[in-house]
Amino acid sequence: MSKRVVITGLGCVTPLGRTLNESWKNLLSSKSGLTSITSLPNYEKDYKAKKKSIPSTITVGKIPEDLHDENSTIHKLLFTGQDERRTSGFIKLAIRTAYEALHNAGLLNPNEITVNTSLCNLDNFGCLIGSGIGSIQDVYQTSLQFHNEDKRINPYFVPKILTNMAAGNVSIKFNLRGLSHSVSTACATGNNSIGDAFNFIRLGMQDICVAGASEMSLHPLSLAGFIRAKSITSDGISRPFDTQRSGFVLGEGSGMVVMESLEHAQKRKANILCELVGYGLSSDAYHITSPPSDGNGAKRAINMALKMARLEPADIDYVNAHATSTLLGDRAECLAVTSALLPGRPKDKPLYISSNKGAIGHLLGAAGAVESIFTICSLRDNKIPHTLNLKNALNLESGEADKLHFVKDEPIETSNLKHALCNSFGFGGVNTSLLFKKWDEF
Amino acid sequence: MFRSVCRISPRIASSAYRAIMGRPVVAKTLAQRFYSANVSKDQVSQRVVDVIKAFDKNSPNIANKQISSDTQFHKDLGLDSLDTVELLVAIEEEFDIEIPDKVADDLRSVGETVDYIASNPDAN
Repeated sequence: MSKRVVITGLGCVTPLGRTLNESWKNLLSSKSGLTSITSLPNYEKDYKAKKKSIPSTITVGKIPEDLHDENSTIHKLLFTGQDERRTSGFIKLAIRTAYEALHNAGLLNPNEITVNTSLCNLDNFGCLIGSGIGSIQDVYQTSLQFHNEDKRINPYFVPKILTNMAAGNVSIKFNLRGLSHSVSTACATGNNSIGDAFNFIRLGMQDICVAGASEMSLHPLSLAGFIRAKSITSDGISRPFDTQRSGFVLGEGSGMVVMESLEHAQKRKANILCELVGYGLSSDAYHITSPPSDGNGAKRAINMALKMARLEPADIDYVNAHATSTLLGDRAECLAVTSALLPGRPKDKPLYISSNKGAIGHLLGAAGAVESIFTICSLRDNKIPHTLNLKNALNLESGEADKLHFVKDEPIETSNLKHALCNSFGFGGVNTSLLFKKWDEF
Repeated sequence: MFRSVCRISPRIASSAYRAIMGRPVVAKTLAQRFYSANVSKDQVSQRVVDVIKAFDKNSPNIANKQISSDTQFHKDLGLDSLDTVELLVAIEEEFDIEIPDKVADDLRSVGETVDYIASNPDAN
C-alpha cells in the first residue's frame, strides 16, 4: 500500500521577498515584484546597447538585490569561499531556500546548518531540485572569453552550469545522502520535482525529501530569446486571464518544500502544513511552444491528479493556475479547467482560480515550486491571493469562463478551502498538476 | 656575475649547458637555479603568497596560515584538484604567463610554483 505524503517545511525567494513570510505577505497586500529593466544596476552596461532586441519598456521580476550581499550573516553562515568560487547564482539560491525549508521543518540543529540526525536517517533523505536553464551567465561569459581571448577556461565552468548541480550542492551542504534527482521540464520543472518526490515517498523509496527548483536566468541573452519566441509582453505588465494580456514577464527565484511520509512526520512530531494527494502529467504532443487551443493536455493532467487522489471534479475548491499572461496559454488553461472541473459541480459551490504571475512574473523552472508553496499557504491560512492586474477576465465561446470565480482586486478569505490544484505547463508540451489537501488526519 | 647569468633565459642556458657538458640534462632542475629576467625570487614569493591569500579570504585554512615555500596546496591549504587549477590560473594572470598543463599537474607546493615562475623568462 502506498504511503501518505505530507508537507512539513517551506522556503522561497521571490521578486516579492527574501523569505516565504515576506513574499506571502507582499503577495496578499497587492505588491508587485516587477521592475523596469531601465532601473537595473547593469542596464547601461548590458541592456542599453541591445535596444533592438530588448525594448526599454520590458520589465523583469528580480529578487531583492541585498540577497547577493556577501557580508550578510546568512551568507556567511551558508557559504564558504570555496562555495563562492565553484557555484553559480541558481545554485546559491537553491542552498538558501533549502536552508529556509529545512529550518522551517524543524530539522536543523540550533544555530547550525546540519540536520538533526535524531529526527531522520540521512541515507533516506532525498534531494530533488531542478532548474529550467541553469547558469546562462556562466555559459555566456565563458563562451565570450573562450572565443575572444583563447584563454584557458575556469575549471568550475561545468560544475557551475549543469542544472543538476543545485541538487548536488544542496545534498553536499546538508549531507543528504538519499537520492539526488534533478528534472528540467522548462516551466513545469518545480511541479515535476515535487511530484516526483511525492512518488518516491509514496513508494517507500525515501522517508523524507527536500524538493523544488531554482532559477536565476535573468540575462539579456535569455530575455532576448524569450522576446524572439513571442513570449514576453512589451508593455511591461503581467495580467494573467485579462482580456488585455500580451505575454509574460521574466522573473527569477527559488522554492523548496520538505515532504515526508505521514508516519515519518508523526513520529518526529513535525508540524504538518498540508497533504499532497495527487499528481498528474501529460504531454501535448502538439507544438514546441504553444498549447493546443482546447487545452486537452492540461485537462488530462488535471484528470490524472484527480484520479490518483480518488476525488471528483467538484471536490476542487481552488486552482492556482499556471496562467503566464499569454494569449493562447491562459485561454487553453481556462478551457482545461472549465472542462475538467465544472461538470457535476453544485451551483452554490464556487471554483476559485487565480495566478501569482501578475505579481511575481514567470519564474520559469521555479514557477511551479514557488506557486505550489503559495497554494499550500492558501490551504494553511484560508486565504486565496488575487491575480494582480486582472481587470476584465477573458471570455470563452462556451460562456463557461463566467462560471469560474476569478480572484481579483483583493484576496479572498474562506474557510471552505479543502482541495487545491497547482498547475504548471512548460515548453515542449509538458503539463503537470499537483493536488494539495488541507491537513486533516482522516 | 651571477646576475648576468640570470639574464640568460633558461632555454638558452639549458642548451648552452648541454653544449658544454655534452649530455642532456633535466631542464627543470637546471631552470630552478636561474631567475626570471624581470622579477627577483623574493618578489615572486611575495606575490604568489598574495595571490593565495586573495584566492580565499574566508577560508581558515588559508587566512590563518603562515605560508612558506614548503606549504602544499592540498595538504596544508585544503585545496582540491579543481581549486589548484583555478589558483594556478590566478597565478598565471598575476605574472602574465602560461603554465603548460604538464608542468601545472606537478606543481604541488608554493616552493615548486615560485621556482617555476622565477625560472620563466616571460614572467612579469
